[in-house]
Amino acid sequence: MSGHGAATELIALTAAELSARLASRDVSAVEATQAHLDRIAEVDGDIHAFLHISADALKTAAEVDGARRMGAKLGPLAGVPIAIKDVLCTLDMPSTAGSRILEGWVPPYDATVVSKLRKAKLIPLGKTNMDEFAMGSSTEHSAFGPTHNPWDLDRIPGGSGGGSAAAVAAFEAPLALGSDTGGSIRQPAAVTGTVGMKPTYGGVSRYGAIALASSLDQVGPVTRTVLDAALLHDVIGGHDPHDSTSLTDSWPSFAEAARTGAAAGSLKGVRVGVVKELGGEGFQAGVSARFAEALDLMAAAGAEIVDVSTPSFTYAIAAYYLILPAEASSNLAKFDSVRFGLRVNPPGGGTVEDVMAATREAGFGAEVKRRIILGTYALSAGYYDAYYGSAQKVRTLIQRDFAAAFEKADVLVSPAAPTTAFKLGEKLEDPLAMYLNDVTTIPANLAGVPGMGLPMGLAEEDNLPTGIQIMAPAHEDARIYRVGATLEALLEQSWGHSLISRAPRHPLAEGRTT
Amino acid sequence: MSSAELMDFDKALELFEPVLGFEVHVELNTKTKMFSPAPNPAAPGADAGEPNTMVTPVCLGLPGSLPVVNEQAIRFSISLGLALGCEIAPTSRFARKNYFYPDLAKNYQISQYDEPIAHDGAVDVELANGTTFRVEIERAHMEEDAGKLTHVGGATGRIQGADYSLVDYNRAGVPLVEIVTKMITGADRDAPELAKAYVSAIRDIVVSLGISEARMERGNLRCDANISLSPRGSGKLGTRTETKNVNSLRSVERTIRYEIQRQAAILAAGGTIIQETRHWHEDSGTTSPGRPKSDADDYRYFPEPDLLPVEPSRELIEELRAALPEPPAVRRNRLKESWGFSDLEFQDVVNSGLLVEVESTVAAGASPAQARKWWTGEIARLANVKAVDPSSLVSPADVAALAVLVESGELTDRLARQVLEGVIAGEGTPVEVVEKRGLKVISDDGALIAAIDDALASQPDVLEKIRDGKLQAAGAIIGPVMKAMHGQADAARVRELILERANSQG
Amino acid sequence: MSESNPSPLDVAQVAHLANLARIALTPEEIEKLTGELGVIIESIAKVSEVATPDVPSTSHPIRLTNVFRPDVPGETLTVEEALSGAPERDGDRFKVPAILGEEQ
Repeated sequence: MSGHGAATELIALTAAELSARLASRDVSAVEATQAHLDRIAEVDGDIHAFLHISADALKTAAEVDGARRMGAKLGPLAGVPIAIKDVLCTLDMPSTAGSRILEGWVPPYDATVVSKLRKAKLIPLGKTNMDEFAMGSSTEHSAFGPTHNPWDLDRIPGGSGGGSAAAVAAFEAPLALGSDTGGSIRQPAAVTGTVGMKPTYGGVSRYGAIALASSLDQVGPVTRTVLDAALLHDVIGGHDPHDSTSLTDSWPSFAEAARTGAAAGSLKGVRVGVVKELGGEGFQAGVSARFAEALDLMAAAGAEIVDVSTPSFTYAIAAYYLILPAEASSNLAKFDSVRFGLRVNPPGGGTVEDVMAATREAGFGAEVKRRIILGTYALSAGYYDAYYGSAQKVRTLIQRDFAAAFEKADVLVSPAAPTTAFKLGEKLEDPLAMYLNDVTTIPANLAGVPGMGLPMGLAEEDNLPTGIQIMAPAHEDARIYRVGATLEALLEQSWGHSLISRAPRHPLAEGRTT
Repeated sequence: MSSAELMDFDKALELFEPVLGFEVHVELNTKTKMFSPAPNPAAPGADAGEPNTMVTPVCLGLPGSLPVVNEQAIRFSISLGLALGCEIAPTSRFARKNYFYPDLAKNYQISQYDEPIAHDGAVDVELANGTTFRVEIERAHMEEDAGKLTHVGGATGRIQGADYSLVDYNRAGVPLVEIVTKMITGADRDAPELAKAYVSAIRDIVVSLGISEARMERGNLRCDANISLSPRGSGKLGTRTETKNVNSLRSVERTIRYEIQRQAAILAAGGTIIQETRHWHEDSGTTSPGRPKSDADDYRYFPEPDLLPVEPSRELIEELRAALPEPPAVRRNRLKESWGFSDLEFQDVVNSGLLVEVESTVAAGASPAQARKWWTGEIARLANVKAVDPSSLVSPADVAALAVLVESGELTDRLARQVLEGVIAGEGTPVEVVEKRGLKVISDDGALIAAIDDALASQPDVLEKIRDGKLQAAGAIIGPVMKAMHGQADAARVRELILERANSQG
Repeated sequence: MSESNPSPLDVAQVAHLANLARIALTPEEIEKLTGELGVIIESIAKVSEVATPDVPSTSHPIRLTNVFRPDVPGETLTVEEALSGAPERDGDRFKVPAILGEEQ
C-alpha cells in the first residue's frame, strides 16, 4: 500500500475497472469508498459538488465486503461508490432538490432508483448539488451555492445536474445519478467532459424523483465512460409499478451493447443523421469544429452521414418553456409548509394562506418563482389554448419530425451544448439567454426519445470540453450505447487518451497528477 | 348566520319556477384508495382510523411520490356510469384541478375535466304522488377525496373564529365518483321532494351495485345542491347558489325548500342573488353564505401528466353491463312482491328513503313486516326528533336482531323500544342491551302467577266479574301485574294466566 | 408598468398570478418579473404559429393506456414516518394556522 498513490489510482479507475478489481478482491469496497471520501475531502471545498456526504458509506462498504467474503453472488457494480443527485429521495440522507424550502428534509422512503442501487450493493457517497428543483443550466440556482467546473473553477459545470457531472469529472465518484428534464444530464456532461445518458421516457422509474415536469423528467446515469453509463443503466432501468409512465419493455443489456460497440471499431452500415436545426448559427466555433471532426471520424469508420431537417425543432424551446413551467407550477404547489419542509410565519402571524405565501416567498429562489408564475399564467383561464394547448401541439409536430428523421437515419447527432462552459454569473441576469443553452437537448425530452452526451474534444479557443449528443428512437437506448461506445473508442484512439484524463487534477499541485 | 327573510313557499312557487342541479359525490368502497395502496377508510367494515395511520407517500403528496390508478375503482365507476344510463367514454383522462387548501395534500386534486369516464344518462325518480320524474345526468367523473380538517378553538368549532386547524390525511385519496345532473326544470312545488328522492335513488343504485357503503352521515354520499329561481313564465334563468355538503336526505329536502323561500324573498323585494357557495346548518334549518365565486376559482385544469388515458375495452364494458343489478323499477316491483306489501306500505318505505334499510334488514333475518314497522315507525320517529336520517341511528343488522327478538317473544314491543334506545345510545347490539339492562320478557310462569294471585286477591270484585264470564274485566288485573313485572312480561301470556287462575281459585 | 413597455403582462396580472400561486412576492419582485416574463412570453408565444386545429395534442411522450394497479392493500407509513417532516404537529395530526378561506 503506497497510501496516496494507490488511492489516487483507485479514483482514476472507471467503474468497470473498479468493479473488476473488487470482484477479484484485489481492492475492497471499503478501500474504494475511503479513496473517494478522501478525494471529496480534498477537493469538494473548491468544487462544491456535494450537498451532503453519507455517514454510512464506509459501513455499507464493509457490509458489501463481508457479503463478498461470504461468497455472496454480487452484481457487477457491487461495492462501487456512487453520488446521487439531490432530486432523488433517500431514506438516510436529506433530499432538498437544491431548495431552501426542503432544507434538512429526510424523506420516509427511497426513490425506486435508489432502492435499486442499494439492492445492487452500490455505495451511496452523498447527494449532489443542483439548480433548485432542477431549474437551470448552470447549478447557479442552487439555494446552497454554485458548483464549480473542475476544468475551470470560475466556470459553470452545467445544470441542473452540475453537482453530479462535476463529482464524476473531479474523480470524487466514478458514477452518479442525474435527472434530465430538458438536458440536465447531457448538457453538464458536455461542459465537464463526461458522459450522460437520458433514457427513453419511462425507461427508468421516476418514483421518488422530486418532480419538475412530469412528462419530461427522466433519471439517468452520469459517468466518465459509455460502458459505465451502460452498467449503471442496467441497474436502475426497468419497469416500476409505482410509476404509471414506466415502460414494461424487457430491455436488453446495455453493458453488452456498449462492449459490442467498443469492440466493433467500425460504424459500417450505421446511418448517422445530422440535425440541421441543432447546429450552425449561435454555436461556438470550437464546438462546431469538434463536431465536424467527429462526423468525419464516423464517416471514416464507415458511417453513412445524412442530413436531416426537423423544422418544428425551431419551436421546441418555446414549447418547452410553456410545458415545463405549467407542470412545475402544479408539481411545486405541494411545498406549502403543512406536511414537510420550511414554514415561515409572516410578521405578526397570519392565516394559513398567509403562512403558505410567506413560506413560498422565502423558500423558493428567483428562478423557481419566475417559472411558477410563468406556468400559472400559461394554464390560467383565457390563456390555456394559446399557450399550454399550443405547446402540446408543437410536441406532436416534434414527434413527427423525429419519426421522419429516423426514417432516414439510425441515430441523430448534434452538439450536446451550443457552447463550452460559460463563466459563473455570466448569464444569471438574463433568463432567456440561460434558456437557450438547452436548445440541443430539449427536443429529445419533448418527444421522449433517448439521448446521450459524450466528450468530443476540447474547443480550440478556450481549451474546454465539448460534447456530442447521440439520439435514437424511443426504446432504442441500446443503439445509443453501441454507437456511443464505438465513437468513444474511435475518438480516444485518435487522441491517444481519454478526454477526462486531461482534466486538471485540482487542487493537486502540478506534477502530482497521475 | 343571520336569519334571512323567507317568502311563504306556496307564494314563492306562484311567482317563480325553481331550477335545480345536483352534484353527488359517492365514496367508493374499494379496499384501497384511488391512487395508492393505502387502505380505504370507506371500505366495508373500515372506519376513519386513528389519524394519519392510513397513508402512504402518495396520500401525503410527499415530494417524488406518484399516483397509480386503482383498477377496481375504474370498474366501479364504469358500472355506476352504466347504471345511470350513461355512455362510457372510449377515452377518458385524469386532470389536475389546482387550488391551495391544507386538506389537499398536493394542492391539486386529481379529477377529470373535459374527458369524464361517463356522460349523458338519466335517473327516473318516483314521487309520492305516484309520478315518475326523469333527472338527466350530464356526467359522472372520477376523483380523489381530500383529508379531514378539525378546527380548534373559537366558539363554534367551525372554521370561522378557530385558532388553528389539524389535518388528518386518512381520507385523502379515497376514490370518489361525482355525479353531475343537467339543469332540472319543471319540478315546481315538488322540487324539495324531488331533491330528496333523487339523492335517495342514487343511494339505492350505489348500494345495489355494492360499490359504496353509502352512509350519508359518514360522508360516503354527499350532495351539493344548486338552485336558482326563474320568474314564472319569463324563460330567464336566475343566478344560482350552490349549497355544499348537504349530508342527509332530510337536509337535501329542507335545503331546497329553504333556498326557494330565501331567494324568492330577495327577488320579490327587488334584490339580486349573489352567485356563491352556501352552507347548510342542520340546527337552525338555514343556509349561510360562504365564499363568493371569484377569479380565485381559476383551477388551471390540465391533463394529469403522471397518469395515462383510460380506454375501457368494449368487452369490459359489456361484461360490467351484463353484471348490473336489475333496473330500479324492476327491483322495486320485485321487492314489493316478495315482501307482500300493499301499494301504500311500499310507497311509505320508498318515500321515506328507507328501501335500502328495509331490504338490508330483511336480508339480515327480519320479517318484511317487522323491518318496515321498525324503520318507518319508531326509528323514523326518533330520527325526526333528533333531526337526522333514520339510517344514521342504527344498522340494519341491529334492527333485524331486534325484530327477531320480538318475533320469538323474547321482547315485547315496549321492551324492544327500550332496547332500541339502548342500541342508539351506543350500549351495544340488541342482545347486549337486553343483557345489560336486564330487559328480557319474564317467561317464568311461577313469578307471573304469584303476581296475578296478589292482584286478584286485592281486587275481589274483578275476580267475581271474571268468574261471571266478563272476560274483559281481566284488563284491570293485567295493568298491576305488568307493573309488578316492570313491564317485562308478555301481556298475552299474562291474560291467559289470569283467566286460568281466576277460574281455578276459590 | 410604464406605458412605454409593450409587455403582454402588467403588474396587476403578475400580482394576481402570484396570489393564485400562493407566493407573497414583494412589489419589487412583481415589477421585475413583469418585465422578465413579458420578454419570455413574447419569445414563446410563437408556438401558436404552428399549432393549427388539425394538429392533435401530445400530453405524454410515450403513449400508454390503461395503466392500473390491483386493489390490494400495500405498505403504509407509520404515524411517525408520516409526521416526520411536519413543521408543526399536535398529537398525530398536522397543525396549521387558522384558515381564512373555505373548503372548495
